[in-house]
Amino acid sequence: MKFNLRNTLKNYGIVIAFLIICALLAFMSPVFFTLNNMILVIRQTSIYGIMAVGMTFVILTGGIDLSVGSILALSGAICAGMLKSGMPLPLVLALTMAVGLGCGLFNGLVITVGRITPFVVSLGMMSIARGITLIYTKGYPISGFQPEFRFIGGGYVFGVPVPIIIFLGIVLIAFVVLTQTRLGRYTYAIGGNEETVKLSGINAGFFKSLAYVIAGLTASISALISTSRLNSGGPQAGIGYELDVIAAVVIGGTSLNGGRGSIWGTFVGALMIGVINNGMNLLGISSYFQLVVKGFIIIGAVLLDRLREQAD
Amino acid sequence: MQTLLEMVGICKSFPGVRALDKMSFDLFEGEVHALVGENGAGKSTLMKILSGLYLADEGEIRLRGKKIVVTGIRQMIDAGISVIYQELNLIQHLSVAENIFLGREPRYAGGFINWKKMYADVDRLLKPFNVDIDPRAKILSIGPAFQQVVEIAKALSLKADIIVMDEPTAPLTGNEVERLFEMINALKKSGVSIIYISHRLEELARVADRVTIIRDGSMIVTKPLSELNTEEIIRHMVGRHLSEQYPVAEIPVGAEVLRVEALTKKGVCSDVSFSVRKGEIVGFTGLVGAGRTEIMQLIYGYLKRDSGKVFIDGKETTIRNPRDAVLKGIGLIPEERKKQGLVLGLSVFDNSALTILDKFSRFGLLRMKTIGDLVRGMVAKMEIKTPTIRQQVRYLSGGNQQKVVLSKWFVRNCKVYIFDEPTRGIDVGAKVEIYKLMQNLALQGAAVIMVSSELLEIMNMSDRIEVVFSGRIVKEFKKGEASSEDVMEYALGLHSRAS
Repeated sequence: MKFNLRNTLKNYGIVIAFLIICALLAFMSPVFFTLNNMILVIRQTSIYGIMAVGMTFVILTGGIDLSVGSILALSGAICAGMLKSGMPLPLVLALTMAVGLGCGLFNGLVITVGRITPFVVSLGMMSIARGITLIYTKGYPISGFQPEFRFIGGGYVFGVPVPIIIFLGIVLIAFVVLTQTRLGRYTYAIGGNEETVKLSGINAGFFKSLAYVIAGLTASISALISTSRLNSGGPQAGIGYELDVIAAVVIGGTSLNGGRGSIWGTFVGALMIGVINNGMNLLGISSYFQLVVKGFIIIGAVLLDRLREQAD
Repeated sequence: MQTLLEMVGICKSFPGVRALDKMSFDLFEGEVHALVGENGAGKSTLMKILSGLYLADEGEIRLRGKKIVVTGIRQMIDAGISVIYQELNLIQHLSVAENIFLGREPRYAGGFINWKKMYADVDRLLKPFNVDIDPRAKILSIGPAFQQVVEIAKALSLKADIIVMDEPTAPLTGNEVERLFEMINALKKSGVSIIYISHRLEELARVADRVTIIRDGSMIVTKPLSELNTEEIIRHMVGRHLSEQYPVAEIPVGAEVLRVEALTKKGVCSDVSFSVRKGEIVGFTGLVGAGRTEIMQLIYGYLKRDSGKVFIDGKETTIRNPRDAVLKGIGLIPEERKKQGLVLGLSVFDNSALTILDKFSRFGLLRMKTIGDLVRGMVAKMEIKTPTIRQQVRYLSGGNQQKVVLSKWFVRNCKVYIFDEPTRGIDVGAKVEIYKLMQNLALQGAAVIMVSSELLEIMNMSDRIEVVFSGRIVKEFKKGEASSEDVMEYALGLHSRAS
């Protein structure tokens, strides 16, 4: 096959951009390419990387979920509260995930049964979940947990940090689900043309709701890692995370119109965000300025996506 | 007659395809010139070049003998060329007047819109057509026929003297078509020239002065219509003699598969009863808007019915949504292929497999190999022209897209197939293939319902014809029992008393 620059850029553009950024950072900062820093980047990436996996399902259906940051905060706070009350760890983990799942189910049902746009519903949920978190915590963080729980965010298995293992595991599961199950194939189809899916005798509403359930579930899994790692669950957790999460998905090439994208794209997109965050920290760029940069990156990614769609 | 427009030696290539190859076309002042050809023959490309949307690779366009250098759409509109596309380009939530004067609203000196003048201008534009359209009405509140009138009025307001109409009658009912023809005549008299693109050959005789037949991107023949008959036109279009446009098959009829009793939905249809047996093709005809599509959607559970029963194999069944219908063995090939039949951004494989994923799961995982084999077999059997089954369906031609929709249901082996306008916008060659596929289904013992506005298709393909008028079945004919005129009379409601 002939080498085609345009197609190569189209298909591997993110990977190439990612490598270029890594190379640049390696030049600009001596710390960047150390093993310790690499592990740090991936470990930090795993928190919103996991959420980005859930978000990929939602965006593939053509929707959006702005509430994932708040769901993370709520699940984290409730998790922290339950740990403090001395509940057994497995039960705490299960109930924490149930919180995320429940929030996602609420989103999904209101969107599909109530026929309200995902933007509005998840914007509402963003406020609801944040509010409940504040009520529950009375505004103060809940801190100090047993070592078994702290293992989730801080432990290692064969030298690999646990969050990274969880992240990779979830990416792998999502890959299988998206390519090898009904849920995955319907997710793409719904994003492509929901009416066709309905007329093909598929309960589109059900599968669409599941995307939000998955987004909620992944947010609560991230909450477990984040709460464990910070040794604290609080009302300030996850603020603005939806930005990084959506950015990761979009940079990964998933179309905001739905129907097109991949989990590997999201994986690279999440790493990219992680590297950019890390790089800016290493270069001593202020966090205020970082926000501006990330905003532009999101807009740029969507712009690129549009150009790509036009080229087709 | 004076030559108004000449397009000479037009060539246009897209990656991998030569869409136009030294195509020539000319248009006289005040004539209706029909442009016919199969899908993919190059009609739309030629019109897109004329509208300034595409730039030709070679060739020139002359207007009133003067060569014009095309720079873009704006310039062609200013030159007096307006194209009315099949999907009308109107904004649903704006009024008739706003649509006509979009971007050119008459204004007071202060910049505020002069509504009074705008409405008066619209009335003046619409007057010659003798239609009753309120300039203040929103586009979505007027029917497709009036929307077309709005497009024509818009073209006139742009001082167009060349109007291109792409399949203008596709969304129209019989009497609306008549009115469109009257309008076209009126336009002609006022000196406007019209390029008329249509798949409905029987219409051409009504409106066209000359015909140009285009095939594989080249002009095959341009002649006055009076010198060509339908058979010749079809022959030129397909480049081969198409003796069996409607294939004939002897199909044994078996037991009743589907029975519908007293299906009713307020404002849509009332008291619709009919049955379809194994091996039968039952045709539903009637004017657009008579409720044919809605009747099918009611049976299929896509619309909610007020009352009525559906029996399958003699047993009453509840169908509350399309999922129930599919589980009961009904497949619907919808009217709007792209909007309702396909997921354009997904592959041939994904589209064809959409209906059977639930059948081929093991422990939640899809049996991709089995599904792949099934789809590949179907693609081969139906001769769907696609490089691979991984190709996105948006890149296939209309006929092949329709075959993908069919394959989606064929792989599921339904008992009842409902075809809603199965050959709309499909070229002649592909039509024949679709007819054969329908007969094959019947031969294999399926019950087939075909909804169609094309009378010839209904007459030739149906074992029984149900004529729908105003939400009711007003007449049932057996094959060969009636002439097209008989059927048309019932479809127009001439035999039904006002109720």
